[in-house]
Amino acid sequence: MGTGRLYAAVAVRAFRRYATYRVATAAGVFTNTVFGLILAYTYIALWDEKPHLGGYDQAQALTYVWLAQGLHAAVAAMGGGFEDELIERIRTGDIAIDLYRPADLQAWWLATDVGRAAFQLVGRGVVPMAFGALVFELALPADPATWLAFLVAVALGVAVSFAIRYIVAMMTFWFLDGAGVQQLATLVGIFFSGMLLPLNIFPGALGELGRVLPWSALIQAPADVLLGERTGSGLLSTYAFQAAWAVGLLAVGRLVQLAATRRVVVQGG
Amino acid sequence: MDTELDAETDSASDREFIRLDRVEKVFDVRKKTGFLRSERHEVRAVDSISFTVPRGEMVGYIGPNGAGKSTTIKMLTGILTPSGGRLRVAGIDPSRERTRLARRIGVVFGQRTTLWWDLPLIDSYRLMHRMYRIPDARYRENLDRCVELLELGPLLDVPVRQLSLGQRMRGDIAAALLHDPEVLYLDEPTIGLDVISKVKVREFLRDLNAERSTTVLLTTHDLSDIEQLCRRVMVIDHGRLVYDGPLSGLHEIGAGERTLVVDLERELPPIDVDLARVVKVEGPRQWLAFPASDSAAPLVARIAAEYPLVDLSVREPDIEAVISRMYAEKATS
Repeated sequence: MGTGRLYAAVAVRAFRRYATYRVATAAGVFTNTVFGLILAYTYIALWDEKPHLGGYDQAQALTYVWLAQGLHAAVAAMGGGFEDELIERIRTGDIAIDLYRPADLQAWWLATDVGRAAFQLVGRGVVPMAFGALVFELALPADPATWLAFLVAVALGVAVSFAIRYIVAMMTFWFLDGAGVQQLATLVGIFFSGMLLPLNIFPGALGELGRVLPWSALIQAPADVLLGERTGSGLLSTYAFQAAWAVGLLAVGRLVQLAATRRVVVQGG
Repeated sequence: MDTELDAETDSASDREFIRLDRVEKVFDVRKKTGFLRSERHEVRAVDSISFTVPRGEMVGYIGPNGAGKSTTIKMLTGILTPSGGRLRVAGIDPSRERTRLARRIGVVFGQRTTLWWDLPLIDSYRLMHRMYRIPDARYRENLDRCVELLELGPLLDVPVRQLSLGQRMRGDIAAALLHDPEVLYLDEPTIGLDVISKVKVREFLRDLNAERSTTVLLTTHDLSDIEQLCRRVMVIDHGRLVYDGPLSGLHEIGAGERTLVVDLERELPPIDVDLARVVKVEGPRQWLAFPASDSAAPLVARIAAEYPLVDLSVREPDIEAVISRMYAEKATS
């Protein structure tokens, strides 16, 4: 119970900390809204040409656009958040401080990321979504149960996203400069999370690959839940898919962490 | 009978609260010698160091840059595993039971902060409260004490990034002490501090050691820290312990000379006495070096008789000079 309270306190502080970055939040909301407009008109052109592309009608496609814009900050589809901070701490050697604390490194950073995600879901999500709903005709569910199911999928998506970024950050122990790995991860994340285009619309092997990779748990999976494409056993298998990646990748992260701290090269005096 | 035995082992573990037996840390360093080619060579950061520190002692741990001080501290906290030898802190093997040990030690790295940059100072303390599972009453008491003695009251609601270096350091020291650590490792705790902050920090540490008998291992470049806080000093160089003993002994070893500083009525040519030699003249003030084993009295008497003396003081050799002399002697011998 004591540890639970610690990590809850850590999450609350991360939430509050992100809440203090008002300018960054406003700039993010603005960017997402503009980008959403561009994407929305691109999607309209695309769906006019090919109706029911990827199994979505046009209203669903537009909903997807605004959902992705509202969600990608929370699930950190492009990386970042705690990741930059952790990389910096490994690079400068400040990680030494985290290591002598009586707290679990991975759980600690997970808690901060949960706090950040919770803030960004609200702070970066609500406005673009509301704007999209005002300007376009969206297919948003009326049933609160669907929204609830969606939130569960988002939470699982955050866990998967955290697990990936944790592994990426840990690579800094070996490469000393995490920039290369991080850039690669960002590129893969943008495409395979479905942030730009739903993975459904990609035909053949590419689509298949995209749908089984962990990144699809970030945006594609929650979007499908919100759009009512996953109900009953479909919903459960989506959750299972996300949870399996989350557990698997968190375990990999833990092994990498163990290896890293064994051979630890704590930088600097 | 049992209790007697317990008391005995307790006092034994108190006498050797920190214990190092031939501890080594070897780093494998790769050096690029060409495209895709590299040479490996070993760097012995810590080379067979042994010492013990009894509970409640305040020890200075000094040496030049890269001597192995921080590596030793990192092994003592458990974040580095020794390559060889045996190491115990409070009976615990640090690298094996890092988390268990963490609750019993406090660490202050002068050049890093344990506080959360974006949060008000008090928030960092609240996190420590949870992290170390400090009982509420104990937490309040320790926090109040630190706030009072380190004058943190007006700073508690200030985000850490807005604190000055001296304020942040006091904040860090408080953070390391909220959970009543039995051992405190201080790595350069006064680096970059102004004179007033240094005095405050030293006073606080002296009281802490006296009242709570917290064991303190102090690493510093500022030798006046050691002069004012530690009776025992360990000197490390090239990963080896080259001196372990009282501060006064360190003076004797390399000391050789003490300095007499005299203020004359007016500017005069260098004082001419056979008992000492003038090493520096600055206006009416002159510095004279004389053998440390000699008494200052005859020298003072001679000068007072022959020169218009206004004031005087005798200075012990500072440790920096002593250590460099020690190295010099070792090199020539």
